Amino acid sequence: MNIQGVKAIYKYEMARMFRTAVQSIVAPVLSTSLYFVIFGAAIGSRITEIDGVSCGAFIVPGLIMLSIMTESISNSSFAIYFPRFTGTIFEVLSAPVSWIEVVLGYVGAAATKSVIIGGIIFITANFFVTIELAHPLVMLLFLILTSISFCLFGFILGIWADGWEKLTVVPILVIMPLTFLGGTFYSISMLPPAWQTVSLFNPVVYLISGFRWSFYENADVSVTSSLGTTIGFLFLCLFIVRWIFKTGYRLRT
Amino acid sequence: MLSIKNLNKTYAGGFQALKDVDLEINQGEIFALLGPNGAGKTTLINVVCGIVKPTSGSVLVNGYDAVSDYRATRSIIGLVPQELPVETFESVWKTANFSRGLFGRLSNPDHVEQVLRSLSLWDKKDSRIIELSGGMKRRVLIAKALSHEPDLLFLDEPTAGVDVELRQDMWNVVSSLRESGVTVILTTHYIEEAEEMADRVGVINHGEIILVQEKVSLMQELGKKQLFLHLHEPLSEVPTHLNPYGLEVSGDGFELIYTYDTKEEHTGITSLLGELQESGIGFNDLRTSQSSLEEIFVDLVKRPA
Repeated sequence: MNIQGVKAIYKYEMARMFRTAVQSIVAPVLSTSLYFVIFGAAIGSRITEIDGVSCGAFIVPGLIMLSIMTESISNSSFAIYFPRFTGTIFEVLSAPVSWIEVVLGYVGAAATKSVIIGGIIFITANFFVTIELAHPLVMLLFLILTSISFCLFGFILGIWADGWEKLTVVPILVIMPLTFLGGTFYSISMLPPAWQTVSLFNPVVYLISGFRWSFYENADVSVTSSLGTTIGFLFLCLFIVRWIFKTGYRLRT
Repeated sequence: MLSIKNLNKTYAGGFQALKDVDLEINQGEIFALLGPNGAGKTTLINVVCGIVKPTSGSVLVNGYDAVSDYRATRSIIGLVPQELPVETFESVWKTANFSRGLFGRLSNPDHVEQVLRSLSLWDKKDSRIIELSGGMKRRVLIAKALSHEPDLLFLDEPTAGVDVELRQDMWNVVSSLRESGVTVILTTHYIEEAEEMADRVGVINHGEIILVQEKVSLMQELGKKQLFLHLHEPLSEVPTHLNPYGLEVSGDGFELIYTYDTKEEHTGITSLLGELQESGIGFNDLRTSQSSLEEIFVDLVKRPA
């Protein structure tokens, strides 16, 4: 295994994060704080409780997940798309690194950033609302698994995209609606029965539900199915990435 | 060092970039691969480096297959690409160290410093690449390729569009690499570059290797010159007593052509002129010409595929 190669990619990507700290860290923290002000304080003050939890506290897991998913996709898709765009990808393709080492470097760094951002948002949320954390280890497990899964998804997106527009169109037109309709700001049980059934086809519901359970021990779907969906999505993405490197899709002519 | 056999590459669109390429590169030699644009030079390099997948054929580097044993082959190959793909916002020092790590080498600041100094980049080590000129960026690419101490170095048009100073620096670097035993494969449009540095020269056109020759023997061909004598009266044929000179008569009979070797001790020009005078063959003008490697190259690549 080319450990030095993995370290080189990982360190390079982490350095890029700190070089663009405002974009990487400050922006998601600021936008999340605005969500707290609007949905937690302004609108939330008119809503008593959701599933026995104050509205402000209820949206914390959803907001962390929302940020994790969007930042994971954004970071990892950009990380691989930019070298493709500038042509510097030639160096990685000609280096003695396997597909899994490339993934460890790029996705590992992007997932690390996501976990850091998740942690920062969690700390930021504590300034606005009182948060209970019933199962910290489960919370950490969901945080890490979701970060890795969506970083892998972003990595696939970054390889698939052949222009900047495609790079942004999937997060905006697919991921964002799924996340907003996945119970970020509400419980699925608040929806009419028909929409509850429809919501169960949204994989993001399972991620947010499981993550919220680790905080407040209440969930829209069982924790097992949440964990299963997360792991299933992770392995699906991993399988696609392996296929990409094996066939050279959009990487090697 | 490098053994390429029956290598073919056909792109998805159907364009065949390489056709049954066979090429052997010896350890420690400098090989210049010449060819016009689109001849297949870059495709050939990219296949060896693992950037382009071959359609068929084999590439062995130090006995290892470039596809199945890619770790063994790629770790000893360095590539300076034709374009200038560089990490715009990264510093020279960091990007060189990144390349070293990527190729599996442990950190060695002394080596990276030595490489940067040899390319006159040490003063710019903390500069961001975006701040550098095109020539300096080219040097950065060379530094990156040398950072992991490759045994086989590909220089794909390394001096295209760069100034005389960098070209001279590059030649010096290649000379020092030759001394340390590194095998260098160079593609270039500049014939003088091949003349200056190469041990052997190969010409590729339409995806086919059409010539591989020792530079020395090629230069011997270059050493042959021709003397053209414009005659007062046309000749229908060369007089028999002048046959030892191997003369030719031009189509209109007004020009007598003598081919000679400048490297020979006696070119035969003086005796030929003496014999012409004795034979009463007068001339009113003369000129000489020498076919250059460039002319040979142009002649080769103009031949139909």
